[in-house]
Amino acid sequence: MQLTDKHKEYWRKNLVITAILLAIWFVVTFVEAWFARELNQFSFLGFPFGFYMSAQGSLAIYVILIGTYAWYMNRLDKEYEVDEGDE
Amino acid sequence: MSQYIQANQASQKQFFQQLKKYYGFYTIGFITFLVLLAIAEQMGMSRKWIGYWFLFATIALYAGIGIMARTVDAAEYYVAGRRVPAFFNGMATGADWMSAASFIGMAGTLYLAGFDGLAWVMGWTGGYVLVALFLAPYLRKFGQFTIPDFLGERYGGNIVRSIGIFAAILCSFTYVVAQIYGVGLITARFTGLSFEVGVFVGLGGILVCSFLGGMRAVTWTQVAQYIILIIAYLTPVIWLSWKHFGNPVPQIAYAQALQKVTEREKVLTNDPKEIQVRNIFAARAKAADEKLKNVPAAFKADKEAADKKVADLRAAAAPAPEIAAAEKAAATFKDEAAAKAAYTKEKGLSARAAAPRPHAQPFPGKDEAAQNVARNNFLGIVFCMMIGTAALPHILMRYYTTPSVKQARQSVTWSLFFIFLLYFTAPALAVLAKFDVYHFLVGSSFASLPAWAANWAAVDPSLLSITDVNNDGIVQLAEIVLGTDIIVLATPEIAGLPYVVSGLVAAGGLAAALSTADGLLLTIANALSHDLYYKMLDPNATTARRVTVSKVLLLVVALTAAYVTSLKPGDILFLVGAAFSLAASSFFPALVIGVFWKRANKWGAICGMIAGLGTCMYYMVQTYPFFGGVPANQWFNMSPVSAGVFGVPIGISVTILVSLLTAPPDQKVQEMVDHVRYPHLRGDTVSTLGT
Repeated sequence: MQLTDKHKEYWRKNLVITAILLAIWFVVTFVEAWFARELNQFSFLGFPFGFYMSAQGSLAIYVILIGTYAWYMNRLDKEYEVDEGDE
Repeated sequence: MSQYIQANQASQKQFFQQLKKYYGFYTIGFITFLVLLAIAEQMGMSRKWIGYWFLFATIALYAGIGIMARTVDAAEYYVAGRRVPAFFNGMATGADWMSAASFIGMAGTLYLAGFDGLAWVMGWTGGYVLVALFLAPYLRKFGQFTIPDFLGERYGGNIVRSIGIFAAILCSFTYVVAQIYGVGLITARFTGLSFEVGVFVGLGGILVCSFLGGMRAVTWTQVAQYIILIIAYLTPVIWLSWKHFGNPVPQIAYAQALQKVTEREKVLTNDPKEIQVRNIFAARAKAADEKLKNVPAAFKADKEAADKKVADLRAAAAPAPEIAAAEKAAATFKDEAAAKAAYTKEKGLSARAAAPRPHAQPFPGKDEAAQNVARNNFLGIVFCMMIGTAALPHILMRYYTTPSVKQARQSVTWSLFFIFLLYFTAPALAVLAKFDVYHFLVGSSFASLPAWAANWAAVDPSLLSITDVNNDGIVQLAEIVLGTDIIVLATPEIAGLPYVVSGLVAAGGLAAALSTADGLLLTIANALSHDLYYKMLDPNATTARRVTVSKVLLLVVALTAAYVTSLKPGDILFLVGAAFSLAASSFFPALVIGVFWKRANKWGAICGMIAGLGTCMYYMVQTYPFFGGVPANQWFNMSPVSAGVFGVPIGISVTILVSLLTAPPDQKVQEMVDHVRYPHLRGDTVSTLGT
């Protein structure tokens, strides 16, 4: 079947949110770990900051990232009428 | 149609309420069981019987769920009828995901490796971001039974499917061996049965469940297993945190513990007694190194000396234990090869001559270059574990089981949340345990060791051994050797909890190992029965026949895996890591590119998967000693476990390059990609739902 412009816009928005969340994921994972030694000079909740991020902080951010994606996309589905009906 | 959907939704809601009720009662029942056992312990039940109770009660429970959920229906057997609510699928994925290595080994690895061990923690959680963004919703919309199914449909033809089958079996089998090993170990330790018997008792528990009810039984059992394993993991840590810091939230309380550990590290680094012990180790290592330069001469001298000592003791009519010890020492020098092995081991003591490693310090190393190598390997492990997470078939398969795309997305959130509960506790446990060891074990006298240390050192020296190297009667840090598993296994005793909690921890470890093994065995059996037998060999087979074939194969695979396990193949952590690198290099490029780039075609996928998997395997063979490789072959000093660092980019580039050089896929495939990208398209004629 032929996709309408509205469908294409939905997919574009999906790609944008995916890219944004992926960028955050990259920063809290690889950039954070690369500079862990430098970050450890700061203190956070009594922890060296680099250690805290790798042990707890980044993990919590991952959960938030996935939750945000699910929430945003489920709303987008409805807005663009590609959802599977109410539950 | 809409009426049908509404009716379906109403029943789905009711189903969810029912499940909540069942598992609520189940959790209360389990806690009652714990309390009753605790009372029984106070009344004098022996430790051995508490171990038996935990082992048999939990296995009987899993088997019971398996029997109640038995089925011969294909959709029920392969994907649990596609009606597992997001919340419960999250729990099941959590249990599926957390293996014996995570449950028992993780905290110990963090204890020993400090900051650098966090690579595993980050890798095994952050991968779910990729699952959520790149795969789960699309696979759910596609909605067939296995991962090779998707590859076969998207790229067309049996070649891609075959490579998929091969890769799925390769990584799942590597991983399942590690799990069954864990089952044998735990059963043996807590019941006194032998390792081999333990393997087969555990295997019985795995099989009753997956054999009778496939994915349906495995799912509901995994939910039950998750509840047990999380209670088992958190209880002792919370108690330990409360005991030392008066704060029941270990993730916050361990900030204090970490500061105290860091202070103590500085003291212990400069403590004269510690330095004395470290110097003894350094001297012994150096002497052994000298002997290794001329083994025959050293062997001759040592053997003569040892034999002479035995003779002297006998002549002097020394006490029997003293003579026995001397004879044992003399037996080490029975031939040159044995002597060489002893010297090599002794040379390894140089590792214990080092000062304690600062726990929170990332990438320690003697110079800038060594530190950078450590950092690159940290990033390498994180990368491979994350991509591997988003490529392991037994995890991806779980997202076929939710009722809708929407729930598949929510289900990834729940999955990571339930996994997160354990993984962000593990670093806290490691530091709390270190606090205890540094403050109470170090400095205690050998005559009155803390009870837990005395017990475990007597049970298994590979878990804990303490020797008074400088004969001062006091424990120095450098005199302690810990195995990774001890941290989780001994925490209940360190915290001063009754033995029933130790039994609970063992039951939790068993639940972790069994649930992962269940998911993996099912993946392997499905790849063979569904993809190979039904899709390629006999497309006319009836559903009942397909399910029967799957069950028979499950049995064969399980027995083969148990046999391989009983051979006790090498390093478990390497096996696990290798499974991730292999999955990452073979599946990830083809799956993700397949969804996000319509132009990708059959030949691109074929060449990409072969190139990725090939690179990964080649690198492991070249660099891992078990396959005859040497570290000198490493590229950029990457350890063999991170072979995916090379496999993944090569897989991606080859897929893109070859796709561009060959003809684009036909209209039908392009429509299928659109079908997968939208949760619901009005007027969509494509249907990929499996039957």
